[in-house]
Amino acid sequence: MLSLTEIKEDILIALNAIRANLMRSSLTTLGIVIGVLSVTLMGTAIEGLNRAFQTSIASLGADVLYVQKFPWVVGEEWWRLRNRKELTLTEAKAIEQQSTYAVAVAPAQGTTKTVKYESQSAEGVAVVGSNQDYAALQGASLAEGRFLTEMESSGARPVVVLGAEIGQKLFPRGGAIGHSVKIGGYSFRVVGVLGKLGSFLGLFSLDNRVVIPLEQYYQHFQSQHEHGGLSIGVKVRDVNDLPEAREELRGILRKVRHAAPGTEDDFAINQQDLLTNAFNSIGLVIAGVGLFITGLALFVGGIGIMNVMFVAVKERTREIGVRKALGARRITIMVQFLVESSAICLLGGLIGLVIAFPITIIIDKWVLPTAMPISIVVIAILVSLAVGVISGLLPAYRAARLDPVEALRYE
Amino acid sequence: MDNGTLIKFQKISKTYSLDEAEEVHALQEISLEVERNEYVAVMGPSGSGKSTLMNLVGCLDTPSSGLYEFNGVNVSSMSDNELARIRNREIGFVFQTFNLLPRSDALHNVELPLIYAGIPSAERKRRAEEALTSVGLHDRAHHKPNELSGGQRQRVAIARALVTRPSLILADEPTGNLDTKTGDEIMIIVEELHEKGNTIILVTHEEYIAEHAERIIRIRDGRIESDTHVRNRKTLNQK
Ligand SMILES: Nc1ncnc2c1ncn2[C@@H]1O[C@H](COP(=O)(O)OP(=O)(O)O)[C@@H](O)[C@H]1O
Ligand SMILES: [Mg+2]
Repeated sequence: MLSLTEIKEDILIALNAIRANLMRSSLTTLGIVIGVLSVTLMGTAIEGLNRAFQTSIASLGADVLYVQKFPWVVGEEWWRLRNRKELTLTEAKAIEQQSTYAVAVAPAQGTTKTVKYESQSAEGVAVVGSNQDYAALQGASLAEGRFLTEMESSGARPVVVLGAEIGQKLFPRGGAIGHSVKIGGYSFRVVGVLGKLGSFLGLFSLDNRVVIPLEQYYQHFQSQHEHGGLSIGVKVRDVNDLPEAREELRGILRKVRHAAPGTEDDFAINQQDLLTNAFNSIGLVIAGVGLFITGLALFVGGIGIMNVMFVAVKERTREIGVRKALGARRITIMVQFLVESSAICLLGGLIGLVIAFPITIIIDKWVLPTAMPISIVVIAILVSLAVGVISGLLPAYRAARLDPVEALRYE
Repeated sequence: MDNGTLIKFQKISKTYSLDEAEEVHALQEISLEVERNEYVAVMGPSGSGKSTLMNLVGCLDTPSSGLYEFNGVNVSSMSDNELARIRNREIGFVFQTFNLLPRSDALHNVELPLIYAGIPSAERKRRAEEALTSVGLHDRAHHKPNELSGGQRQRVAIARALVTRPSLILADEPTGNLDTKTGDEIMIIVEELHEKGNTIILVTHEEYIAEHAERIIRIRDGRIESDTHVRNRKTLNQK
């Protein structure tokens, strides 16, 4: 095998050769630069979406089933599903009474209204009508006061719990509890303010809302049978019971709706991992596109490097002859050129990373919070090296096989 | 001095095929022996096969037919790597065109054969510096070839050839690219090498240079025309 001395010499030669042809070497790395750039940015994008998704999805609760008219992820079948019956409060009651797995059942319905306190006003606030279980389902904590009580929600009291953002907006100096705010012109007494929840997938804020008893909601903002859109959240005792709980809910609803056996459900039971699956397939698409671009760029880059290496072998034919005359073996010459092509590719990879890094920071600052995953950096470097070895193989082999006499005669 | 046969050619031929129809018989059934510590000059017109002979002797090339024993070992059927090893350990080449690596300094050029012999850095440096000193270039160790004169370049090449302490030094027209005075300086070094016990084969066009050798082999059209011992050897050293 190669001695350490020979390997050191091979590396030295390669670095010298690259330095001597720095312009050419850098230009050839373009394909590798683009390849590494696309693979790292892809990784960064997926990482960012993942992070956004993980924090958002938590607000849905892993142990909560949502009984709704439509499934969260619908394809073309939406058209077929549009005539389904809306869910009703009666059905929510039935679930509450009959389900053995449910620990909390919160029917919820929402609209958008303006909320006012004295001269302060917040527009476009999500008004949610629900019950005492809603906070538990959402994993929301109280920053001030308390949540709706069972008495308040079943007794349809005019009380409200403010989202963090609204609380901040209407009562910048705090002390919201006990004051009366106006929602769409109707008065509600503040009993609590929620802690901060953040945003859902970066789309809308979970803090820009107020929660009132569902009966109050029906009285003032939308009659129970008019428009629909009721969603029944069911918190299950244990995540592991989700499949059984789901079956139980189906049974209860089909019974309440008098569904004939063998017919399709005319409602949907949604859960967090539905979104997770949909999200994962988005991730797969991004990864697919990213890998395609990367592969293409690396392929083109690899061809370019192979070309440059052929030129390098040609230019250095005489040098190869001299080295062989002095006792360099085939493997030594071969490794010399492989090291050179790998070093060029590695250079490209590093340039790619150096460019990708600030882009990642910009994405993190302005688009969505993310970071360049370390694994992607390692992969990028390994892939550049691999491209270098593969594209250098043929030229290096040719160099190694050169006849010393022919090589020495080469002008 | 330990005498004995170093090189033994038995009916060695080398044929180059230019294309399917045309062949060049560069060497035809050459038989010859060279003893250890001999100083042989090879002469002959251009194209007569001198370089081909040197390449075969130096294991850079393999014969088309015939038997070659180097140091009692049959090398005519050796693999590429085995030949590389012999070139590295046993043979030092000096070329007409110097063949130094242009981007490396003199010291690194001299170190090259030691690198391929796997000798560690410190010892390599020491031996390369020693070799450079022996050709009078210790103060040029860190000059690149293009910063050296022709004579200095050839001296670096000689240092490179002798740094491994080879059994045989082959010099193919080493003064061909030098003026007479510089050429003579190179010949003095070659002669000193011989006096130190090295076996030397030297190709030259100059009769007066050949007369410094102990033996002159004349080649014409790929055959040995004459093989004579030099009676009145001249030495440049005594000038
Ligand atoms: N690689 C080769 N391919 C074809 N012909 C060659 C090759 N090397 C040498 N020859 C031919 O062999 C003959 C001897 O060449 P060479 O040994 O270089 O002569 P010299 O060194 O005596 O001038 C010449 O006719 C030359 O053209
Ligand atoms: Mg010649």
